[in-house]
Amino acid sequence: MSTPTTNPLLRAWYDKETRSVIIQIIAAALIISFFAYIINNAVTNLAAIGKDINFGFLWQNASYDINQSLIEYSSTSSHFKAMIVGLINTLLVAVAGIFLATILGFLLGIMRLSSNWLTQKIAYVYIEYIRNVPVLLHILLLYGVILNALPRPKSSYNLNDTFFLNNRGLQMPSPEFESLFWVVAAFLVGGLAFSLWFKRYAKKIQDATGKIYPVGMISIGAIVLLPMAVYFLIGSPIVWDVPALKGFNFKGGIVLRPEFIALWLALSLYTAAFIGEIVRAGIIAISHGQTEAAQALGLSNSFILKLVVIPQALRVIIPPLTSQYLNLAKNSSLALAIGYMDVVATIGGISLNQTGREMECMLIVMAIYLAMSLLISSVMNWYNDRIQLVER
Amino acid sequence: MKLINKVLTGVALTAMTATAAQASTLEDVRAADELKCVVTTGLAGFAAPNAAGRWEGFDADFCRAVAAAVLGDGDKVKFVPSTGKTRFTMLNSGEGDILFRNTTETLSRDVDLKLSFLPVNFYDGQGFMVPASLGVSSALELDGASVCIQTGTTTELNLADYFRTNGMSYEPVAIETNEEGFTNYVAGRCDVYTTDASGLASTRAKFEDPTQHLVLPEIISKEPLGGAVRHGDDQWADIGKWVVNALINAEEMGITQANAMNLASNVGNNPGINRLVGSEGTMGEMLGLGPKWAAQAIAAVGNYGEIYERNVGPNTPLEIGRGLNNLWNKGGVLYAAPIR
Repeated sequence: MSTPTTNPLLRAWYDKETRSVIIQIIAAALIISFFAYIINNAVTNLAAIGKDINFGFLWQNASYDINQSLIEYSSTSSHFKAMIVGLINTLLVAVAGIFLATILGFLLGIMRLSSNWLTQKIAYVYIEYIRNVPVLLHILLLYGVILNALPRPKSSYNLNDTFFLNNRGLQMPSPEFESLFWVVAAFLVGGLAFSLWFKRYAKKIQDATGKIYPVGMISIGAIVLLPMAVYFLIGSPIVWDVPALKGFNFKGGIVLRPEFIALWLALSLYTAAFIGEIVRAGIIAISHGQTEAAQALGLSNSFILKLVVIPQALRVIIPPLTSQYLNLAKNSSLALAIGYMDVVATIGGISLNQTGREMECMLIVMAIYLAMSLLISSVMNWYNDRIQLVER
Repeated sequence: MKLINKVLTGVALTAMTATAAQASTLEDVRAADELKCVVTTGLAGFAAPNAAGRWEGFDADFCRAVAAAVLGDGDKVKFVPSTGKTRFTMLNSGEGDILFRNTTETLSRDVDLKLSFLPVNFYDGQGFMVPASLGVSSALELDGASVCIQTGTTTELNLADYFRTNGMSYEPVAIETNEEGFTNYVAGRCDVYTTDASGLASTRAKFEDPTQHLVLPEIISKEPLGGAVRHGDDQWADIGKWVVNALINAEEMGITQANAMNLASNVGNNPGINRLVGSEGTMGEMLGLGPKWAAQAIAAVGNYGEIYERNVGPNTPLEIGRGLNNLWNKGGVLYAAPIR
């Protein structure tokens, strides 16, 4: 192929290995100098208007209030604390969204495969409508509906004087734990530990003798029923702080604000449509022969699902599901559109504006999203490895 | 809109690297033959596009005045809409040459955000608006209320201070633009809308029946509003500063939109007027502008009083009296440095 040549440079170029190394070096040099140029320019231009990169502002007073905060926060707290408040709000909506989207998504996926014409079409229409409209529009639509369709606080929908729904959100009673509650908590932890142990024990017995224990039922008994019984036996050591209308708003209890509800529902409904399709694909991927073989072995339908279909379907479902979770977590930054106080709205919004530290705040926000996404990926990858086919 | 702004700001931050603006702003403006003026996304009376798409309002007129002084034509303005959050970034990244966006001058903005403020052109203060049906007559009765505020503003900080000082609680509802604040307030997401009193007047004027809403008597802060430019270009800051001063001085001297050009072409017997309109002295030259810079600005939009009366004064839907914004010799605090 290559013409013989005496020039050592040309010879090096004709050598496949050397050539690829040379190309890689050139590519790397180009990329590095591109970024060096950008960073250098940013620093130079910041210096030109007299700015530096300095994270000291994080410890100054934030001086603004945030409506939804799961930790102690006031306008005298630092910008750092405001960032943490925003981060928690982001995590809250992301976790709640992933939870609801997963449940809805699996439901939709199964509905799509239903032999019932109506059920199947409902899921079909839902999925096609939802996933073909941008999620930002869903958020704005839901927010608008909540603000305009729900009544004002004074004429709230009232459920039993404990739950109130109005355009300021859903007001719910919040629990306050009395001193004896630790007994219930102890039973709860004990129940969890027992179930974990019992699952292993039952597996060991089954492997040895073939005897099958009803692990699910016994676990529910240990984790739910027993602590509940104890709770009532020692006289219900939880006092509920019930919200009540005082002046302009409800006082007491906890409130799911319209911003949170709109964002949470919109993200969940949107992502659920994608997850539905992933679940459907996962189940279809398992050939019908598998089910027939399992039936031939005499397994009951529930065992076929549990032992044959689902474990194999999960292998197909998990990798694309991971990217849906990542999408949902990152889409939560659309909170900006409706004023939900997430990490973009606090450190990347108000703090940025009040301190004028654009570079610093944006770097922080990017680092936070990167860390969050890597965390979700690694958890999902760990789970994916666990359910992979173990070849012997 | 906001998202786009956000993205644009991000892009701008990287883009400003490319267009390392070493030339002076004045040269840039002349080269482009256009003044890029950062204004609000829409606040009736201050800066908002009218039915024909032409930007109108108090701030918009100041943009035109600067354009007229520099380029000789008040219509050579490109209006760059910004939210409270994006305005300074847009100015600092070079997306705008000058900012007139009902912006409060504060120490941290001047020093830490690297802005140079022009003379105050509107004295304002933060107020509260509530529906009349709420039955509230004082801001001190607002304990526990939900309050809509524009983020990235001084009002946000004043509000936190005011409620803390008076030992009251509130639920802040952060919104991005005045439009959004209006929508949320109408939908009842918040009981109270707070912003500068002038902004409240502008918002109130938009209701079908403005009497259904009242502005509470408490003014909880000083909000001296003024234009701003980037730090570091003193010549450009001087131009902005003296255009504002010229408009105020023009009202004091009785130079109006109608007579400005006339005065400029005939040397009169009032040296103060002659210096201002450029028929005498070299004021324009000192600034790096043409001799008739001030006359051009006044001919484009009128003097301060005319701008005020046309956009926000008692005969407009905003119905804001001159109050503090009157000349010093008429009971106000407008006291512009002399053009000499």
